Amino acid sequence: MRRENMSLYDKLLSISWPFLLLITMTACVGFVSLYSAAGGNLEPWAGKQMVRFVVGMCGLIITAMIDIRIWMKFAYVIFGFVVVLLIYVDIKGHTSMGAQRWIDLGFLQLQPSEPMKIAIVLALARFFHGATAEDVKNPFFLIVPLGILALPVLLVMIQPDLGTAISLIGAAGAMFFLAGVSYWMFLVVAGAGIAAMPVLWHLLHDYQKKRVMIFLDPESDPLGAGYHITQSKIALGSGGVFGKGFLHGTQSHLNFLPEKQTDFIFTLFTEEWGLVGGLALFTLLGLIIAYGYIMAFRCQNQFGRLLVAGIIVNFSLYIFINTGMVMGLLPVVGVPLALVSHGGTVMLSVLFGFGLLMSAHVHRDVKFSRRGLDVV
Amino acid sequence: MNRDMERYKEFSRRALIIGAAQTALFGILATRLGYLQVVEQERFQTLSDKNRISMRLVSAGRGEIMDRFGVPLAINTQNFRTFLVPEQANDVEETLDRLSKLIPVTDDDKQAVLLELGKVRPFTPILVKENLTWEDMAMVEQNFPDLPGVSTEEGEIRSYPLGLATAHIIGYVGRVSEAEIAAEQLKNEQVKNPVMTIPGFRIGKTGVEKKFDAELRGVAGRIEAEVNVVGREIRELTRRDPKKGHRLTLTLDADLQMQCQEMLAKERSAAAVVMDAFTGEVYALCSYPSFDPNLFSRGIPADIWEGLLADETNPLTNKAVAGQYPPGSTFKMVTALAALDAGISPATHVFCPGYYMLGKDKFHCWKPAGHGSVGFEAALVQSCDCFFYEMGNRIGVDAIAKMARRLGLGAKMDFDVPGEGEGIIPDRAWKLKRYKEQWHKGETLNSSIGQGHTLTTPLQLATMTARLVNGGKAVKPVLVRTIEEKGSQIPEWKHIGLNPAHLAIIMRGMDGVVNGAQGTAKGSRITEAPYSMGGKTGTAQVRRITAAMRAQGIKNETLPWRWRHHALFVGYGPVEAPRYVAAVVVEHGVGGAKAAAPIARDILLAIQKRAPHRIHTVDEAVEAAAASGEAPKKPAPRNKRKKRQ
Repeated sequence: MRRENMSLYDKLLSISWPFLLLITMTACVGFVSLYSAAGGNLEPWAGKQMVRFVVGMCGLIITAMIDIRIWMKFAYVIFGFVVVLLIYVDIKGHTSMGAQRWIDLGFLQLQPSEPMKIAIVLALARFFHGATAEDVKNPFFLIVPLGILALPVLLVMIQPDLGTAISLIGAAGAMFFLAGVSYWMFLVVAGAGIAAMPVLWHLLHDYQKKRVMIFLDPESDPLGAGYHITQSKIALGSGGVFGKGFLHGTQSHLNFLPEKQTDFIFTLFTEEWGLVGGLALFTLLGLIIAYGYIMAFRCQNQFGRLLVAGIIVNFSLYIFINTGMVMGLLPVVGVPLALVSHGGTVMLSVLFGFGLLMSAHVHRDVKFSRRGLDVV
Repeated sequence: MNRDMERYKEFSRRALIIGAAQTALFGILATRLGYLQVVEQERFQTLSDKNRISMRLVSAGRGEIMDRFGVPLAINTQNFRTFLVPEQANDVEETLDRLSKLIPVTDDDKQAVLLELGKVRPFTPILVKENLTWEDMAMVEQNFPDLPGVSTEEGEIRSYPLGLATAHIIGYVGRVSEAEIAAEQLKNEQVKNPVMTIPGFRIGKTGVEKKFDAELRGVAGRIEAEVNVVGREIRELTRRDPKKGHRLTLTLDADLQMQCQEMLAKERSAAAVVMDAFTGEVYALCSYPSFDPNLFSRGIPADIWEGLLADETNPLTNKAVAGQYPPGSTFKMVTALAALDAGISPATHVFCPGYYMLGKDKFHCWKPAGHGSVGFEAALVQSCDCFFYEMGNRIGVDAIAKMARRLGLGAKMDFDVPGEGEGIIPDRAWKLKRYKEQWHKGETLNSSIGQGHTLTTPLQLATMTARLVNGGKAVKPVLVRTIEEKGSQIPEWKHIGLNPAHLAIIMRGMDGVVNGAQGTAKGSRITEAPYSMGGKTGTAQVRRITAAMRAQGIKNETLPWRWRHHALFVGYGPVEAPRYVAAVVVEHGVGGAKAAAPIARDILLAIQKRAPHRIHTVDEAVEAAAASGEAPKKPAPRNKRKKRQ
């Protein structure tokens, strides 16, 4: 099939519907958990979440229909726009949980750090699309992409949002790696990072330091700041192999579990559905990631490949950081479980990300020049 | 495109590396999940139960207090209360306004509720008004539809049917103070007695309520309930019902108690103790003026409380137990007995010219004209000071103090009502310790007539009198007769080893005081046959009478009330076979014969008419019924006592 001038019908046909089914199944885990979190009610979370998902899915399909070259063309523009939004919240955001992260749009409290996770992938894919193998081996060539990474990282650190900063660095790092940056450079950066640790420690806010300390010794303050992690482990652990049953998670329903509808949704789910439910969810998420790589391999252009892989890595970071955090493997840094946690910005931006991924998949055979601007 | 092929290969290789890393991470996460949910499951299950299950204590009913015949003295009565649950009330202020139209809710009450509003969780009921009548209650309940969030509750409140008459004995209960929590903690060596934290829990603050708080308190029940994180109860899991506190039966005769209290009401401030000479059972113990203990268990209004504190007659003090007075001439039996015990001949006579010379110092007898030649008996009858000056001078203060202590003075007796005064029985060692000074002979003379440093309580004086007339048995006053499930609290009393012949002399003297032609209390003789009494008057100086005052002829009655003499009388009845003893102190009553003796006469007449020791008490009646209904049982300890008398 000629991919240069596909009809809308062709495009719809070439969407990977099984992939969308996996996403929908994961979102359903969220609906079920949010329904349970509200004590068997659609209000206040599950209903809204469903609406957002439907809206997001429509957005995903529309995004997928738009030619990959248009996305490439506007990659920097989108990135720049989100950077502006980030600067805006830094200056004049509403204070929420001690951090300035929101723009109130009325129907949505927009958290620009979430679309930034997509925008940075877009921008870096755009940049590395035009890079030769020789280019990326040149350290000076990496100044621009490092700038693309450093700008939003600094902006979210100001907020301060450690979780997003780690996600951005993780996703960007993966893209540098996939683009072919030398292994030794990663070793240098890792070494420098370890050396800079004491300095970075001083830059952390007190509550962030506290979270790290509590992660290292959660029993030290079980009713204070260590409360979250202790309660989460109690709830999750007491679920056992088969769980306490749907709507029967005592810890979550009696409100011992904080933030059960957002960051700790995985705890609620595994308290009620047990190890069996937890592993099933991991399988589902694993399949999404694996499917993502398959789509990346099938892309005929570097931009598409990097875009798809970046989005998949970004998605996996939500999972690893969130579940690691609620199981006490990582400090509590405030990263939600994508598709499952309650929250409009995350849902919409993750689905937008998958829309870009799908666009890359639909237009996988499109070939365009290094700069990619001349075709459309 | 060759270049792109190269990049594709590189991408694929590296994507596989990342994929492998991600797979490994999934492995770690799955392992962690399995570890928490399988290996650690049991531990977290326990923690989870601990989290969600809360124990709530349910207060136990407080044990009742009865008099010896079963008359209730302290009981639990219904108490209607109304509460407001903030989260259920749409507008708290408006609801309160509506409520105030139905029941007496003052602005202060409203303010208190609004103040509480900010402090409690929205589902915690706030007490709006306590001690409502049944009518108030019905009124509120009828209007529930208009009063969102208002609820009512029936609780128990301690009430004292005899009110003022038993206030000083029974005491009252009140909210637990921080100090009491600390004291309890110390006693039980536990972190915190959870019972203390039950809302509405009351602890004995004074009197028997305080001393026997542990027995009266009972054992709190326990409800295990599932709660959520903010402590709201979701459902009840298990329940252990509370166990009511033990009932106390006192030795008190409630009717007599009320009569005595009324008799004291003739005076401004007085105290009386009436007890059994042989068993130590206290039949009546009064302190006037009194207060209404019911006000305390309900929360006393501030103005009444301040009024009680400011009153110079100290209505809150139990003077019968805590009041310490110079015994005055009521002490003369002690000096006489000490002299006889020291070997002074019962036939000894002393000439009283109206004064006694010790070196250059002149000690006055109360009768300036003098008593002439008096022996032990006449000296007691006429209360001649000179005779006792001489006896004191001969035997010394230590002998007097020793006898006083044998008779129960100068020491606490572990009485069932707390707050006992210790009194002072001075001797050489005491003065050296207290003032770092040597004893003067003149002080011995003062001590021998119950003046100077000597202080006693009415309770001690009654005990002293009992020991004099019961043949020298070391009785101590007892107020609690039986404790439910613990039985009789009245011990057997030992003899203190007094010579019966000496005691007979003392008793003849006390007989003469009331019934002799020259007796100081002959005006208070019991004329109604077959009843009789003997006793001893006492007048205790509050302020020294100076020579100048004596010269001016200032009468004690004309001095300001608080400077007048205390009037005392100790007595017993009937004369031939003493059974009851009484001690009466009229604060600033000027003279023992004038103020105290008539009250003592009325009391001793009343008790002889009632003869409470012959009537079955409520606990004996129960035993008697049990004994007649069943096979003969071995006699109870109390019956043994009866036979012996």
